[in-house]
Amino acid sequence: MIDRELASHAVRLALDRGATDAECTLAEGEEFSAQVRMRALETLKDAGSRRAGLRVLVGKRVGSAHTSDLSSAGVRQMVESALAIAAISTEDPYADLPDAAELGMLTGDLQLYSDDVQNIDTPARIQAALETEEAAFSWDPRITNSEGASFSAYTGERVFANSRGFLGSYRTSSCSLSATPVARQGQAMERDFWYSSARSHSKLESPAAVGRRAAERTVRRLGARKVPTQKVPVIFDSVTARSLIGNIFEAVEGDSIYRNASFLAGKLGERVASENVTVIDDGCLPGLFGTSPFDDEGVPSRRTVVIDRGVLRSYLLNSYTARKLGLLTTGNAARGITGNAGVGHGNFYLQNGDRPPEELIRGIRQGLYVTELIGHGVNIVTGDYSRGAAGLWIENGEFAYPVSEITIAANLQQMLLDVEAAGSDLEFRGSVASPTLLIREMTVSGS
Amino acid sequence: MPLSDSFFGQKFGITEPDLESYLSEALGAGGDYADLYFEYLATSQLSVDEGIVKSAVQGVSLGVGVRVIAGERTGYAYSDDLNPEKIRKAARVAACIASGPSKVDKTGLHGEARRRDLYSLVTPPTETSLAQRVELVKRADRAARAADRRVFQVQASYADSLRDVLVATSDGVLSTDRQPLARLGVSVLAREGEGGVAQRGYSGGGGRVGLEFFEIEKTPEHFAREAVRQAIVQLGAAPAPAGEMTVVLGPGWPGVLLHEAVGHGLEADFNRKNVSAFSGRIGQLVASPLCTVIDDGTMLNRRGSLNVDDEGAATQENVLIEKGVLRGYLFDKLSSRLLGSRTTGSGRRESYQHIPMPRMTNTFMLAGESDPQDIIRSTSRGLYCANFGGGQVDITSGNFVFSASESYLIEDGRITRPVRGAMLTGNGPEALKHVSMVGHDLKLDEGMGICGKEGQSVPVGVGIPTIKIDRMTVGGTAGD
Repeated sequence: MIDRELASHAVRLALDRGATDAECTLAEGEEFSAQVRMRALETLKDAGSRRAGLRVLVGKRVGSAHTSDLSSAGVRQMVESALAIAAISTEDPYADLPDAAELGMLTGDLQLYSDDVQNIDTPARIQAALETEEAAFSWDPRITNSEGASFSAYTGERVFANSRGFLGSYRTSSCSLSATPVARQGQAMERDFWYSSARSHSKLESPAAVGRRAAERTVRRLGARKVPTQKVPVIFDSVTARSLIGNIFEAVEGDSIYRNASFLAGKLGERVASENVTVIDDGCLPGLFGTSPFDDEGVPSRRTVVIDRGVLRSYLLNSYTARKLGLLTTGNAARGITGNAGVGHGNFYLQNGDRPPEELIRGIRQGLYVTELIGHGVNIVTGDYSRGAAGLWIENGEFAYPVSEITIAANLQQMLLDVEAAGSDLEFRGSVASPTLLIREMTVSGS
Repeated sequence: MPLSDSFFGQKFGITEPDLESYLSEALGAGGDYADLYFEYLATSQLSVDEGIVKSAVQGVSLGVGVRVIAGERTGYAYSDDLNPEKIRKAARVAACIASGPSKVDKTGLHGEARRRDLYSLVTPPTETSLAQRVELVKRADRAARAADRRVFQVQASYADSLRDVLVATSDGVLSTDRQPLARLGVSVLAREGEGGVAQRGYSGGGGRVGLEFFEIEKTPEHFAREAVRQAIVQLGAAPAPAGEMTVVLGPGWPGVLLHEAVGHGLEADFNRKNVSAFSGRIGQLVASPLCTVIDDGTMLNRRGSLNVDDEGAATQENVLIEKGVLRGYLFDKLSSRLLGSRTTGSGRRESYQHIPMPRMTNTFMLAGESDPQDIIRSTSRGLYCANFGGGQVDITSGNFVFSASESYLIEDGRITRPVRGAMLTGNGPEALKHVSMVGHDLKLDEGMGICGKEGQSVPVGVGIPTIKIDRMTVGGTAGD
């Protein structure tokens, strides 16, 4: 456990040395991972570390520093370093901390920490990884190789204090199980992966389930071909749809809004998506990865409806971007341990539709079902969207053959308006989640 | 340099007997090999945003990583406290990977004779005054605002770091290095009038250089003008075409093609596991005979260069592809031990908290004989890519993508209109077979590359001359 007092102490020291306001973050974490490959243990990693970060205001000038040296000399050096930075900064009229009235935290058990993550011994952890890989091997004879399977566990604590009277801390735990099988057919090789992660070991999916799903995802890629360039309906499976939802977050976060660097800037109250699109950010859902009692400025987490049946209702803001836009913080401040806060999300998701994914696929005569996206071809300023993709070709409502080495392109603005349906398969595997999504039309580039 | 004169000797009083005792502890449960990686990292980041020095951060990070290798197994632990008891504890945790008597013949530690210094600087940037560095960023901001009235947002940023490392290994290597790194970047948004669609431009660069690099070689004004130029080009750009076509890559940063299409697939960890599309293909033709691809960690002051890699081995020039034929992989210690090869000085890690693995340094293609103008003139219809954003590769299938941030149509042998949002995709062992011309204008990027692999980021460089690829898939939206 970290000494919470250390954070208050650093804040007081900064004020004593001339800061008008200060905020301090302490973070401590223990990581463990066991990686197996080809039925044998390959790597064990087990270690912990601690860091402190400080941000000071001297009037409207800001400076930040961080250190891994938590001794009193180390903390003193961090304070001096942050003040030296503030001295060379320029006055920023919008620099401030949240008002005291905005500070606070959720009470009650958010189920972010569970002892069971630490209570499993190393042999059991290695065994879980071995069983996951074995489940993948035994699922299909074409799985002849593996990039391995792993079990990892993390426990940590975060403390935040500021000069407006906030002092809070919370512990988190997580564990995960994953496998990356490799399948071969003739000369062609394919790999894919699957995983399960949870804040409590008891919520983790079984090694058999994770290994099998990894194997299914890998084997179904074998024999992939390129398709001719054409415009067709595109279905994003729930995994790739998550990255699309991540793009929506980038387009509604306050930093890109006040800079006019988002295609959604200035569109509050307007229709920006089809009626099938309702997007919510909720930092309060117990046990999930996007949940926390307070954000990284000490403002309580909350639930915000971002897009309501196609209409843009709210941006996501920290206190700085809120001041820039003349709005109020939505409790979405995020940062590592120091520096000016950026904007992050809680559990950011697109609400379930009412049809199962199979039904969406059945309705397509000719189209693409996307299971993997690669590359960074999304421009949030203009909405231009072009990414490398792999998946399955749909013919007359059924999967016909796998496809790869293609790209899919459109404009995000149009894609949101073109969401013809959301599936009913929403599940949280991380802090961003989406059901399967059907987009009316995109350009598939191939041969 | 004797250990007592080195950074860790001076600042933390670390001695050779200390290091030997930690290594003994690490090999206490058996194991074939152990190493220690001490790291002290000082960093600064400054940015001028909306004309204001809004954000600046200084930080220090200290720690030691202990690794034990037993056959194919690796045990790893680290400590952010250099107290001897804490280091011994990390050594014992890492040692858990092994069981049985130690198979290591004890050799004393011997410092390697320093053959060179690729980044000997008068003053590392981290040790100059903050005011001096802030002035560079302010100059970039002013220059970008002054360059064109259509610019409405400017973010100029500067970051530097100074990394002191000490590596001690059970096979006797004791090496120290002091690695400076600095980078200046400018991002701008431009639009035609209030209601116009905004476009972004970005430019940046640096290396293992002192501040004088930004005063003399690549000034803040250079990066600012380049960022503005790119944004303005985008203002007039049409949607990119879709489908297979001839692609001409301009010199410099488009070398990221080599990094994605070839480089990652040649890292020996993937080949040891037989999971790369290039596995088992040494000696085979994997590119056109016009292509020779090199990874060289010894280039003076380059971002990807290192005197010694993060396992204490000297970096070197490695020929990956010679006249189209696959020649070699990039090895770290573990993969070289297991494959019976020599390390190529390619073992790198993000920090003391990370296990080293084979990585690229500066990856480029040697110049050919064609005149770049002839390459364009010979293309009746195609795409000319002058600049790229990032890329990604699936090393198993070999499929890769990379996105062009500045590209133009080529029509009847001439570069005509700019297009935006072009994504290129291809297959690693196949793509370079379609290279039909290589220019004589090899250029290296300006020093802003970051490579990510399995969650670890390291600085890298790329370079390429103008090349013509007869067939590649372009992923735009414009119909034919």
